[in-house]
Amino acid sequence: MVEGYNGLLTATVFLPVVGALVLLLVVKGDRNVRNFAVLIALGDLVLSLLVFGLFDRGDGADRFQFVDHITWIPDVGLNADFLLTVDGLNTPLVALTGLLGMCAVLASWHIGFRVKEYFIWLLVLQTAVMGVFTSMDLLLFFLFWELELIPMFMLISVWGSGRKEYSAMKFLIFTILGSAFMLVGIVAVFLAPGVGTFNMVALSTEATMLTSAGLLIPLSGLFWLFFVGFAIKLPTWPFHTWLPDAHTDAPTAASVMLAGVLLKMGGYGLLRINVGMFPSQTDRFAWALVVLGVVSVLYGAVVTMRQTDLKRLIAYSSISHMGLVLVGIGSVGIAQGTLTVTGLNGAAMQLFTHGTVTGLLFLAVGLVYDRTHTRYIPDLGGLAGRMPVVAVAMLIAGLASLGLPGLSGFVSELLVFLGAFRAYDWPTVLALLGIVLAAGYILWMMERTFFGVRRPAFDDLTDASLVEAAPLVLMVVTIIGVGVWPALLTDVFESGLNPMVDVLNGVINR
Amino acid sequence: MSVHDFYVISPYLAMAGAAVLVILLDLVLPKKGLLPYFSFAVLAGPFIMTLIQFYDLGGAANLLRGADAFTTEDPSILLGAISVDRFALFFNFLIIGTVALVVLASTDYVRNMERFQGEYFALILFAATGMMLLAAATELITIYVSLELTTLPLAALTAFLLNRNSSEAGMKFLIISAISSALMLYGMALVFGFTGSTQLADISIAIGQATGDTPFGNYALFVGIVLMIAGFGFKLSAAPFQMWVPDVYEGGPTPVVAFLSVASKAAAFAVVLRVLFTGFFDVALDWGILIAGLAAASMIIGNLVAISQSNIRRLFGYSTISHAGYILVGVAAGVKSGDGIFKAPEFAAIGPDSVLFYLAAYAAANLTAFFAITIISSKISSDQISDYAGLSTRNPLLAGVLALSLLALVGVPPTGIFIAKLYIFTAAVDSGLIWLAILGVINSAVSAYYYVRIIRVMFTEPATSEVKISGSPAPWLALGLAGAAMVFMGIAPGFVMEAAQEAVRALAV
Repeated sequence: MVEGYNGLLTATVFLPVVGALVLLLVVKGDRNVRNFAVLIALGDLVLSLLVFGLFDRGDGADRFQFVDHITWIPDVGLNADFLLTVDGLNTPLVALTGLLGMCAVLASWHIGFRVKEYFIWLLVLQTAVMGVFTSMDLLLFFLFWELELIPMFMLISVWGSGRKEYSAMKFLIFTILGSAFMLVGIVAVFLAPGVGTFNMVALSTEATMLTSAGLLIPLSGLFWLFFVGFAIKLPTWPFHTWLPDAHTDAPTAASVMLAGVLLKMGGYGLLRINVGMFPSQTDRFAWALVVLGVVSVLYGAVVTMRQTDLKRLIAYSSISHMGLVLVGIGSVGIAQGTLTVTGLNGAAMQLFTHGTVTGLLFLAVGLVYDRTHTRYIPDLGGLAGRMPVVAVAMLIAGLASLGLPGLSGFVSELLVFLGAFRAYDWPTVLALLGIVLAAGYILWMMERTFFGVRRPAFDDLTDASLVEAAPLVLMVVTIIGVGVWPALLTDVFESGLNPMVDVLNGVINR
Repeated sequence: MSVHDFYVISPYLAMAGAAVLVILLDLVLPKKGLLPYFSFAVLAGPFIMTLIQFYDLGGAANLLRGADAFTTEDPSILLGAISVDRFALFFNFLIIGTVALVVLASTDYVRNMERFQGEYFALILFAATGMMLLAAATELITIYVSLELTTLPLAALTAFLLNRNSSEAGMKFLIISAISSALMLYGMALVFGFTGSTQLADISIAIGQATGDTPFGNYALFVGIVLMIAGFGFKLSAAPFQMWVPDVYEGGPTPVVAFLSVASKAAAFAVVLRVLFTGFFDVALDWGILIAGLAAASMIIGNLVAISQSNIRRLFGYSTISHAGYILVGVAAGVKSGDGIFKAPEFAAIGPDSVLFYLAAYAAANLTAFFAITIISSKISSDQISDYAGLSTRNPLLAGVLALSLLALVGVPPTGIFIAKLYIFTAAVDSGLIWLAILGVINSAVSAYYYVRIIRVMFTEPATSEVKISGSPAPWLALGLAGAAMVFMGIAPGFVMEAAQEAVRALAV
């Protein structure tokens, strides 16, 4: 079913790391390093858009496309494949990674300290994330999942600010602990009777799926082992405490990548592995996911209200918005009837839109901090007059974040609520409160930062330069584009999620 | 002894001969600087003989006895003292490779001991002879003699710097080794007293016939086997027999410590596997629990104490204890309790497979780390982790390689130890030791803290000096080779994995 070697995904995944190697060995001089890094990021953006554009959305199309499949570890004890392939679920996420990778490189233009090393880590990070989104072999998936830690750790601890070393270490320990649970889960899946493979395509196909017979760890245990790994990454309450620290102290580009794509790895893992490989357990524990989701949404929103640091504010709002992903997945918990793809599609859409929206917010905040040297909201004010481009970008991102129709956030939130309401009506209404609160903290933040009386010290601030404005424009176009024409993404997501929904319907109505 | 017997033991003879050659050459060679290269070159002898035997073996289980392994009535002239099989050859390759790299990495280091260079290299080669013999020995007395042949040169090497720390370390190593040897010898005597043989094959048969309700069948065997395991525990640097490790690691010459932590450990594991699986297999369920306990203790003690270390070599001392723990998980995973009424132990090859793979991966990663430390410490003459501050600006490549090897020791992909840990924990889960696998995984996560702390110091803290750090080509070559092996085993583990499985097949009775 998934055989052959297309090569496009291999190129997409490994182009950045090859670029990093060339950077390390050949390129000299800070200027050349920057230009070369942009070239590589641009190349990878083009490749990822090719994947997105060439993905066959037709009805009769194969579920998995662009297959790159060779044997990695032959059948000796551990039997693993090098298998890169995409279906509708990961295609948009690949495009998102390409997009944000480009933005991150552009946002790093002003970095003047250990420049070469910085871009090397950034490019390695991009390879790792691309790898996570395209590997369909559990071992390979885990390999990329772990690979992502090192560059992120270095980016925060060397180029960060504030308590950067503490934050980097916290990020590292949380994630490693989470992946330790995941690793036990992967091993147990591999050893289950009749499995003996890490192939995720086989494991998420109904006929060859894991059954409860003869397992060393019961299915529910496996479900939670994977869940903890992904929940830490997402992050959901109560595993979220690393995120505000990591975000606050990370350099802008690292924040963009962290919020934009790294958190999405958690959501993607939940959809791909928890929902895709353990449908019966997802059905059984949907209520728990919704509870955690609603708590995250409300807790995140309430704590966000109290923040005075711009980056911390966005970090907590991320926790709130990522809670919606769990609520969307909770739509699986309908008691009877037919599950529709709506809720899951909302969860997947939320991953994409939050990636672009939060990416844009962090880019804008990075510019504000660069000019004013403060992120403390009470010290700011009236910046819109001096930085109109940044202010408009921030406003659009903020409005998308609170779900204004016509912007991308509206689509995903609507889908989540539509889907989840059928399964859990009251919790969904509670989660809706989170959106009301979002309107509060976003608008309040905008008002205190960009409007009102400008302090004299900010009179000679300059607006975003061309290089700085480019990623802003890129993101704004994406946000408005998806808001106006959501089918561009929802159709693709649906083609990947529909097979999962079919399996789930079989489980629900058994 | 026939000519064939000489052929069978030729790798060991060649290794011992190489050591003698080095000593002789030391007498006549005017330029001592050439000694390391000569010591490297003479390794070709044992390597070629091992290679020839490897191809000669073909499908046979054992060179000495042809296809039928472990038939005790065989009137072999070597009296069944050694078994040259794939298992032994796997370790020959591993040990010869390690020695070659250690010799290369020592070229700079030995400059400051002008007078004793010949002795230094000869002792390393003698120790290696003992290690290779250990992996092949199938008889208790041979095991004991090989062990002493390994230990005595290592004790001398540990004390080689002739300063206070080094002498203290050498003394400690010698005394602890003597105690552990005594324990082991007492255990061997008890086992011999009960089974009436020193041959592992005969012992296995005698134990199989013992019927008793006590653990290990009867009390003489119980005490005997436990004492032997305790004796081996010292050599493996497993907790609770670990107290000599940090001092020796702190005091000994860096390349010697690298050699000790890799080759000596590999040889000790080889003999443990051989004794436990071919000699004492019928009571495997009893020693399995013991080994699992040692594994858990080593992982926990090694990792927890390593957290508070400020000297990089002491830290590696505790790190090696924790790795002994991980590897012991694989040893414990070699036994499964059977399904029958009698719950006879079943051999689970994946356990020893993973042990062999782990040893190879650990060798590559640990050697990389130690070679980097050798180059660094010879320039900054300090082993304090805080003195590694800003290393990334003083030599980015060196800092990068050391960082990669530290990450490898955590078990981060794409390095060999990631696959090795996965393999070992898979084996543990497969053999029903889920608790041990979970403990191991949690310990790996904990270990990230102290390894990454070093990386953090190197990359984020400002340098205390602007002086660049550099080394001569030979240590760099050793570093590069070890590093390449470390990454190779992570990206394409199939080759070593198959070799390990072939080797373990010789263990299965």
